[in-house]
Amino acid sequence: MKTLNRRETLKSLLLAPLAGGIIASTGCATSTGATARMNWTALPDSYSYGRTAVEMQTDAELMQESYFREHELLTIAVLCDIILPSDQANGGALDAGLPDFVEFIVKDRTNFKLPIRGGIAWLDVYAIENFGADFINITEAQRLTICDRIAYPDVTEAVLQAGISFFALMRNLTLTGYYTTAAGFKDLGYQGNTPNVWDGVPAAVLQRHGVAYEAEWLAKCVDQSRRDITAQWDDDMKLIS
Amino acid sequence: MAQQQYDIIIVGSGAGGGMATYQLANAGLKVALVEAGAYYDPAADTQRTQLRYPWESPRRGASTRLRPFGDFNACIGGWELDGEPFTNKGDTDFRWWRARMLGGRTNHWGRISLRFGPLDFQRKDIDGLGENWPIGYDDVKPYYDKVDQLIGVFGSNEGLYNDPDGFFLPAPKPRLHELFYINGARKLNVPVIPARKSILTKRINNERGVCFYCGQCSRACSIHADFSSSTALIYPALRGGQVDLYTNSMVREVTTNAEGKATGVAFINKETRQEQHLQGRIVVLAASACSSARILLNSKSPQHANGLGNSSDHVGRYLHDSTGASRAAFLPDLMNRDMYNEDGVEGMHVYTPWWLDNKNLDFPRGYHLEIGGGMGMPAYGFGFAVNQYNEFLGERVGGYGNALRDDVRKFYGSRLSIACRGESVPQYDNYCELDPTVVDEWGIPVLRFNYHWTEHEIKQARHMQDFMEELLVASGGILLGTKPGADQEYGLTKPGEIIHEVGTTRMGTDARSSVTNEYGQLHDADNVFVVDAGTFVSQADKNPTWTIMALSWRTCDYIVDQIKQQNL
Repeated sequence: MKTLNRRETLKSLLLAPLAGGIIASTGCATSTGATARMNWTALPDSYSYGRTAVEMQTDAELMQESYFREHELLTIAVLCDIILPSDQANGGALDAGLPDFVEFIVKDRTNFKLPIRGGIAWLDVYAIENFGADFINITEAQRLTICDRIAYPDVTEAVLQAGISFFALMRNLTLTGYYTTAAGFKDLGYQGNTPNVWDGVPAAVLQRHGVAYEAEWLAKCVDQSRRDITAQWDDDMKLIS
Repeated sequence: MAQQQYDIIIVGSGAGGGMATYQLANAGLKVALVEAGAYYDPAADTQRTQLRYPWESPRRGASTRLRPFGDFNACIGGWELDGEPFTNKGDTDFRWWRARMLGGRTNHWGRISLRFGPLDFQRKDIDGLGENWPIGYDDVKPYYDKVDQLIGVFGSNEGLYNDPDGFFLPAPKPRLHELFYINGARKLNVPVIPARKSILTKRINNERGVCFYCGQCSRACSIHADFSSSTALIYPALRGGQVDLYTNSMVREVTTNAEGKATGVAFINKETRQEQHLQGRIVVLAASACSSARILLNSKSPQHANGLGNSSDHVGRYLHDSTGASRAAFLPDLMNRDMYNEDGVEGMHVYTPWWLDNKNLDFPRGYHLEIGGGMGMPAYGFGFAVNQYNEFLGERVGGYGNALRDDVRKFYGSRLSIACRGESVPQYDNYCELDPTVVDEWGIPVLRFNYHWTEHEIKQARHMQDFMEELLVASGGILLGTKPGADQEYGLTKPGEIIHEVGTTRMGTDARSSVTNEYGQLHDADNVFVVDAGTFVSQADKNPTWTIMALSWRTCDYIVDQIKQQNL
């Protein structure tokens, strides 16, 4: 099992206006001149987890496919970083390789392709109309202003609804992509997926929640000190070992 | 080279076929086991999905077409298989799950292992609907007892008449959300008891391990501490040397001779695409209710012009699946939980068996309730709608930034869900048949389904929805979503969706209205047996696997006895 961390391979894209072919260049966009880099942890391009030959081939083909344009990938990186910043102890979206995850997941779940491509285009048009450049080329404050408008489903303004849907999708994918990594497990505090001997809810937890095990019920439950003794029953179906 | 003559040819390696392989091989008979899928052993690291972390998958455990229950799920199969279509007639929307691997569907099921009770074999006597079984609980009880001890099942003896006691291993203690459910159920005088599942909470022999509580039976257990046909029955049988295993072998038909008796099977070797034949004295079909019906219908000969075993025109008839409906709630009491390992065994530790008398209700037959929730391992989908429960707290839904981390922790493990699984009434007009025009990639005619729920199932689903609401609220929950109404048939699952399809080769004493006798022996060919759920006259509000295995064992004893008496 591979743990993601900042020391692994980084992917890096220059956060700067592109030469052409995107909406911004055909609109009235102007660059803010920002040339910050977006860096994120690269996710593996091959996996081994009990696959059949057919599955291995399917996934290899998906890995080969390239869907997003560089501008789109940058926009995804910027958005994921806003949704889950990397300024915390367990890192954030970019440390968890979110742009790579989103890239893979839209190839795998193709019904996401259009909403994300279209959502990015919507975001750029909105940014150009309001702040004069596409989303990644406006100031950070301007970007957050837009996010404040589209991050909440209770906003009813008609013109924002497409953006709200897109942002919700990006938030879903960002959180899922982060919390299904080792860093996300640590941030959550998940303690399972490991051999153990379940012996009930800890007493302090029962107490905190005001519940208790009934003696009659516990009598039906496994005595974990005897779990390795081979089961035997009497003729009345009573366990006697 | 003269082809080997087998004593027994078994088609399908799931619960029924696995048990038949184990019993008949142990009886000293030479067995050919024919499986349409590949070899599988979860102990092999190349096939292991258990104890893997979500980041070991590029899609983090999301479903795929090849693994519809998530890509760590052990079962290779699904609702749609490459090259193996099925069709629906008219507005039928039947879903047909097929597994293609050694052990079949027993690799992914929830291990819920419930005996049928005395009432479940005589429903017609109670409500006048459907048909009684030709056998009763007393006929099957000795086999349930033996299955319990051979396979291992945890549970508790409660003395409930129609949910009989068994030779149980001890149950795991309830989880926190299950204690809330227990309290809620008690308030409504609804019974709740430990779940009954074929998972080894205690050692039963030196071949299989003891559960280490990863909660991942659906990924198949590498120490064989859960029941699957392959781990508990087929590997031991293979070690005995009496069994030849044919994998990737798709049976097309049972071959018969001039007397109309079976001579063996014809199958397609999926690797070479060549047709091969196996010769045997006795053919045992265990391909699943619908697949076995398909094989019989495709086994046409001058002696069996309507398909083998189908002189009654009943092969494929009375197809029925369990009913299902579900609902969930948010438990504010379980916000901001203390973190500890709560994986437990796969799925529920407690459940509610059917508890009401239909005399006081507007529908026949019952259902049981399966309880869900807890602090499960995050996988694809975790964090979706991250703070939607804020609406119940008067706080704003949505947003971005590190506050979302707090939301994740606040609501993790605060969901309680119920899924109902009920009994439907078998109908003559619900059936599968051969599609006259469509074949699969090997040229074998495929099944076409005709299936509609009746008012019985729809009224039952309405009752499920009403009661789930009461139970969730009594447990301290705030209901999520809206209750599906009449326009949605009260959230009733599509037929086939619960993957409990049974009834297509039902047993009976009258050869005009049944396909087999009480031993699964075809009325029309005495050396052909069915040991999957096709022989079920009615599917109780219980999961079918335990009964499949009990009846398969009973059939095997009969076969061995009939061979001794030289009747076979």
